[in-house]
Amino acid sequence: MLSFIGRRLLSSLLTLVAIVILSFALMRLVPGGPFDHERVVNASIRKQLEERYRLDEPLVLQCGRYLWGLVRGDLGPSLKRPGRSVNEVLGEAFPKSAALGAAALAIALVVGVSVGVYAALHHNTARDHVAMGLVMLGVSIPSMVLAPLLITLFALTLRWLPTSGWGTLGHIVLPATALGLAYAARIARLTRGGMLEVLRQDFIRTARAKGLPERTVIARHALRLGLAPLVSYLGPAIASILTGSFVVEQIFAIPGMGRYFVSAACDRDYTLALGTVIVYSTLLVALNLVVDVAQALLDPRVRLE
Amino acid sequence: MGKARGTSRLGEGVLLGAVALLGGWGALLLARSARPAPPLPPYEIPAVSPDEPLPEAPREGLAERQVLVFNNGVEPQTLDPTLMTALPELTIALGLFEGLTSLHPKTLAPVPGVAERWEVSPDGRRYVFHLRAARWSDGGALTADDFVYSWRRALRPQTGAQYAQMLHCFENARAFNEGKLRDETEPGFRALDPLTLEVRLEHPVPFFLELAAFATLCPVPRGRIEARGEQWTRPESLVCNGPFTLAEWRPQERIVLRKNPRYWNAARVALSEVHVLAIDDSDTALKKYLNGEVDWIRDVPAPKVAQAARMPGFRYYPQLGTYFFRLNVGRWPLSDPRVRQALNLAIDKEAIARHLLRAGQRAARGLVPPILRAYPPVDGGAHDAARARELLAEAGFPDGRGFPRLSLLYNSSEAHQQIAEAVQHMWLANLGIRVTLLNQEWKVFLDSVAGLQYDISRGSWIGDYADPSTFLECFVTGSGNNRTGWSHAGYDGLVARAAREADPAARLALLRQAEELLVTRELPVIPLYFFVNAYLVRPKVRGVENNIRNFHPFQYIWIAAD
Repeated sequence: MLSFIGRRLLSSLLTLVAIVILSFALMRLVPGGPFDHERVVNASIRKQLEERYRLDEPLVLQCGRYLWGLVRGDLGPSLKRPGRSVNEVLGEAFPKSAALGAAALAIALVVGVSVGVYAALHHNTARDHVAMGLVMLGVSIPSMVLAPLLITLFALTLRWLPTSGWGTLGHIVLPATALGLAYAARIARLTRGGMLEVLRQDFIRTARAKGLPERTVIARHALRLGLAPLVSYLGPAIASILTGSFVVEQIFAIPGMGRYFVSAACDRDYTLALGTVIVYSTLLVALNLVVDVAQALLDPRVRLE
Repeated sequence: MGKARGTSRLGEGVLLGAVALLGGWGALLLARSARPAPPLPPYEIPAVSPDEPLPEAPREGLAERQVLVFNNGVEPQTLDPTLMTALPELTIALGLFEGLTSLHPKTLAPVPGVAERWEVSPDGRRYVFHLRAARWSDGGALTADDFVYSWRRALRPQTGAQYAQMLHCFENARAFNEGKLRDETEPGFRALDPLTLEVRLEHPVPFFLELAAFATLCPVPRGRIEARGEQWTRPESLVCNGPFTLAEWRPQERIVLRKNPRYWNAARVALSEVHVLAIDDSDTALKKYLNGEVDWIRDVPAPKVAQAARMPGFRYYPQLGTYFFRLNVGRWPLSDPRVRQALNLAIDKEAIARHLLRAGQRAARGLVPPILRAYPPVDGGAHDAARARELLAEAGFPDGRGFPRLSLLYNSSEAHQQIAEAVQHMWLANLGIRVTLLNQEWKVFLDSVAGLQYDISRGSWIGDYADPSTFLECFVTGSGNNRTGWSHAGYDGLVARAAREADPAARLALLRQAEELLVTRELPVIPLYFFVNAYLVRPKVRGVENNIRNFHPFQYIWIAAD
């Protein structure tokens, strides 16, 4: 197990370095730069700005300098926010996205797993069809549509919650629901599929034959294996839910990290855009490793070699 | 068991009912929002007297809580007035800082700021400002040396001030800013004594007192900048001289300005706090306004105007900006002025403004918006399809025959696309020529336009001060904002002569001649429409005056009691 984790860590590190170099190169290949505006900046000022951020050096040198900064944990200065570093910008934004993501994930898991199990237990009955129909709806309605509906209902009509913003617990309810329901739908489908597969197996029949109560059969025996497909989905899902969603953060005016995935790239704020890529890919790689280990723990048939 | 099943049945029923209800309600909402709104009529040309006195301070009817919450639309990139480039940043800057002058909230005429009074030499090139005994928010005295320091800092190339051209009117300032002069004392300003500042201009600038109020020319605190470097704009270290101080800055969330008791005119300031939000999603902002969480939305984008127009407190007013197409005159057949004239006359701009834009914009027959005092609008001619066909035939393309397929470039956005499609159709119907529509992501688009890698491209310009030169100087030879390849000695001469002309009326006449040449004969740009600014301000918020720069100094704003 330990040697497996060691090998995976090493290959993860190599993957990350490759991602950084590739993103760096791709970003600089795109036309346009951080100091391009409709109103042209005086050539001498522009030159000064480029010198200050060392954008005038050869790309290889810039990339090397960037990687060396990364080794020291420095993501560089934000090109569009004088006096603010990428570490600071993301350090402020990430915890907010992560808090929102954690709440959304909790909603997604509770709703998704219960609906999935419920549908599997009522396999091929009207209840199954209705539940899965609703889930289909959940998958197809994007948060871009769901979020304004939630705001109109709960904030503007019922006036239970604020429309948008950040700061209190009330601010987190609607965005977490909007973000969580889309994931809940996928989780429900995966849970149902996994459960159906497991419920047909011999050891479940054995458990039932032994006269165990149905509740124990489901909770202790079926669920453990039935959730295996869900676990491998959760790795990448958690990485993306914690780093924030552009759409949800935009609609709810949340000062999180999701918006920077798009805006930093559009602004050609090279360092900030790279910073978001690094945070996201690090999480993704780490969680995939966790998923592999978790699967071995859940399913005795899986061995980590 | 039976009881449990009963409860679960009930639960299922309730859940299903709720979902059905929600769905029906959502469908109803969608159906309601599909109802089209009537277009707003094009804006009226405002009549503003330049001599209007400053509004009186409110004496009664003030609400107990003087807190204004307003949506600025985007997060400022910096709060350093010297480095600012965008309107939302300038809005905040004018709460924190004050220049030698400040602007009248309605007429935008310069009124005394840090300078109590001033003298101008007869040739209009030398100003002497007499400063009042103003203080920084940390109690330090504000002196003429502070202005000298701040302006030198703005002009120093290392500072990287992208708006430094606002200071190029000072003697030798441009050469110093471009690194051709090294001596910091060369630019034309100096302190005669702690409260007297002398300014020498390269040429007479009739709107210099208006420029003096601009953020780039505001004083910045030398001590803090030298101690903290770029970090000086943090709430814990920002020292300022305006009506408000910076109490809080939570990026993307909220900026809190608090009344500055050391401001020289603090008695005039009614608001105790201003909360600045940075909500970029216009739908979200409108919902916040509807729900009473926001008092004022500074800018409602055109696609949302129809919706906002139904809300209480909706206003729209001309804005000093123009939307146009650039023509790359280096490419045949756009090199022929007759072709450019034909393309211009073949567009029915009135129809675009009334039926497509629908949000109060005005069709543009000239480049300079028709809202400047003492500058009557230039008329480049109405839509005239017959004349356009004639011109095209004279240029060798009767009924569009033999005309190459040009492309019309715009940055990806639905609004630009709709305009491009309308023009594409008009050119086909009126001239028989086909153009290809081409869209690019914003920065790629800017790169293409700057590199003249286009045939026809969209563009726009927002004036920095209420003077036609801010528009006309864009198209002189060598201007970085020209980007059409067009160069005309006659035009350059007129603009240059206007810059040296001391008599304001003669100066405007020269500029008008230049604009006539630009929009009736040469047309390296085809003006399409003039911008409008739509906004929402809750009726209890008083003192927000309409003006053509969408500029609203906080010191005149107050909240009325219900």
